[in-house]
Amino acid sequence: MKKKGLKEFKTFPQSTINEIQRAAKEGIYQIRGLGAKRKVPDFDDLVFLGASMSRYPLEGYREKCKTSVVLGDRFAKKPLKLDIPITIAGMSFGALGANAKDALGRGASSMGTSTTTGDGGMTKEERGSSKYLVYQLLPSRYGMNPDDLRKADAIEVVVGQGAKPGGGGMLLGQKINKRVAGMRTLPEGIDQRSACRHPDWTGPDDLEIKIQELREITNWEKPIYIKVGAARSYYDTALAVKAGADVVVLDGMQGGTAATQDVFIEHVGIPTLGALRQAVDALKELNMYRKVQLIVSGGIRTGADVAKALAMGADAVSIGSAAMMALNCNADLYRKDYEKLGTEPGYCHHCHTGRCPVGVATQDPKLEKRLDPKEGGRQLKNYLTTLTLELQTLARANGKSDVRNLEPEDLVALTVEAAAMARVPLAGTNWIPGFKEKD
Amino acid sequence: MNFDLSKKKLTDINKYLQNIDRKSNVRKFKIENPSGHHAICAGLKDDIDVTINGHTGYYCAGMNQKASVTVNGNVGTGVAENMMSGKVFVKGNASQSAGATGHGGNLVIEGDASSRCGISMKGINIIVKGSVGHMSAFMAQKGNLIIFGDADEDLGDSIYEAKIFVKGKVKSLGADCVEKKMDEKSINELKKIFKELNISENPKNFKRYGSARKLYNFKIDNAGAY
Repeated sequence: MKKKGLKEFKTFPQSTINEIQRAAKEGIYQIRGLGAKRKVPDFDDLVFLGASMSRYPLEGYREKCKTSVVLGDRFAKKPLKLDIPITIAGMSFGALGANAKDALGRGASSMGTSTTTGDGGMTKEERGSSKYLVYQLLPSRYGMNPDDLRKADAIEVVVGQGAKPGGGGMLLGQKINKRVAGMRTLPEGIDQRSACRHPDWTGPDDLEIKIQELREITNWEKPIYIKVGAARSYYDTALAVKAGADVVVLDGMQGGTAATQDVFIEHVGIPTLGALRQAVDALKELNMYRKVQLIVSGGIRTGADVAKALAMGADAVSIGSAAMMALNCNADLYRKDYEKLGTEPGYCHHCHTGRCPVGVATQDPKLEKRLDPKEGGRQLKNYLTTLTLELQTLARANGKSDVRNLEPEDLVALTVEAAAMARVPLAGTNWIPGFKEKD
Repeated sequence: MNFDLSKKKLTDINKYLQNIDRKSNVRKFKIENPSGHHAICAGLKDDIDVTINGHTGYYCAGMNQKASVTVNGNVGTGVAENMMSGKVFVKGNASQSAGATGHGGNLVIEGDASSRCGISMKGINIIVKGSVGHMSAFMAQKGNLIIFGDADEDLGDSIYEAKIFVKGKVKSLGADCVEKKMDEKSINELKKIFKELNISENPKNFKRYGSARKLYNFKIDNAGAY
């Protein structure tokens, strides 16, 4: 406990001193899971105005408020028709155990929404339990095969992810068991570091051709998503549209990962809030808004976050870390196992170790048993239901009969930073920093 | 059966070839005037024989399963990428990333292949009668890359369990790639591949390269290897 009167170094708080001394001892960067722990401007810095004299609300419990969304109708013959605009983000089998993937599929399916594979191919359990399954095409191409491509409901070409734009996947040896190794055509127990660039295309011109190939193989049926980590979001979105995407997935820096360098998680990429505005700008300037759908992810936790993302122009959101938490990630259970990892509930980011105390991010059969796929699926369903109810509550309060009718004019910002990033006025003013109305 | 790409749409040709009527006995097809089109014969999944007379663009025979595809010309980037099974013969030269991530089957290139030939290959056999460009077999996981000519710099960089055989010169090896003994098992493996593909060549003329396996687990002492 801190003694009264002691003054901590602002530049060198205890956590920084600990990290310097860990680095001095071990000589290697810190690898960890989940997303950024630093505070960044986020959806909490925005509030809705609600209805007032100039607009009327809808009855909170009675009047309909539509939540369905169609994704991928630009070119695909069979776009996805989801009941709610909240999807489950890509997380690999390998990073997560088979039970966790199964639970995600069950929860998502029961709510009429999609889940997504990851850097390890498609498992039978996941395909079986997922009504709508998005199949990722990643630089590693682990487990990629045309049969699974045809079994998928949509294809997501992963260019980057919010936790590490410019970095490839990482799965440490302790999680590469026989099944994971087999699916990835790798030796068991190695530290698997995936490629960060695709092996057979480099820029957007090439990607356009790659997408053509994917469409030829799948009879032009499947929606093609392009996922980018939030960085140069205006240009990345414009180039994704140019490359022929049906859907752009934009993952902000708060987005999670199973394992990467802490320095990557905390210092590369931009917050979801700023990235979203830039992506919407690009779509509008290209006259592609609502024609190419935008899914945003990275730090979505509540129905309020979902509503604010939609108001800013997203067509849907995607959740990864929060979905894991619905399956008990960081729950106050099995405390001794958290202690063995040198952490405690609420602070755990040890997905990379494979020693997940609650059986979500592990390949250890004993730990995996701690997650029952049916129970996990039910928990995810409850969580998605709650998000949807919160989303509808806010939409009705703003007078919207469809959640996608939420608009930037419904929002104001509580901080100057958030006002500038989201380009909505600072609360109680007409001031949007850095923005001038065109003549 | 003949298709003319100057008269018929690529998608229609691919769709036909992907959905062969099993009741029909037609198993041989020709495609004329490919004119550098991309994704010709992508996603084939049946035991058919297709000959393309001319040059193709990117991803010719991409993700092939079972089919035999012969290109009487040069091919663009990513020929036979992610091939699962079957055979692809290129009578000319191949651009970058030939056979990238291929899981199975045989890719035979009569001419040269550009950089990153066999990148991330996962079980395919790639035979290049000419030379290959830099970073070939980068992160190659499984399968055989057999080069009759020379290999440019950084061959087999960060290689896993794939095997590389080179008859000519190697400019330089990439991280964790080393020369290995041309043992009896490898000689027999090459003999089997050559026999299956009617290639008359003595496996003993090749040198073998593979992973030193020193970088499989990240150790700080190896950080300078990259």
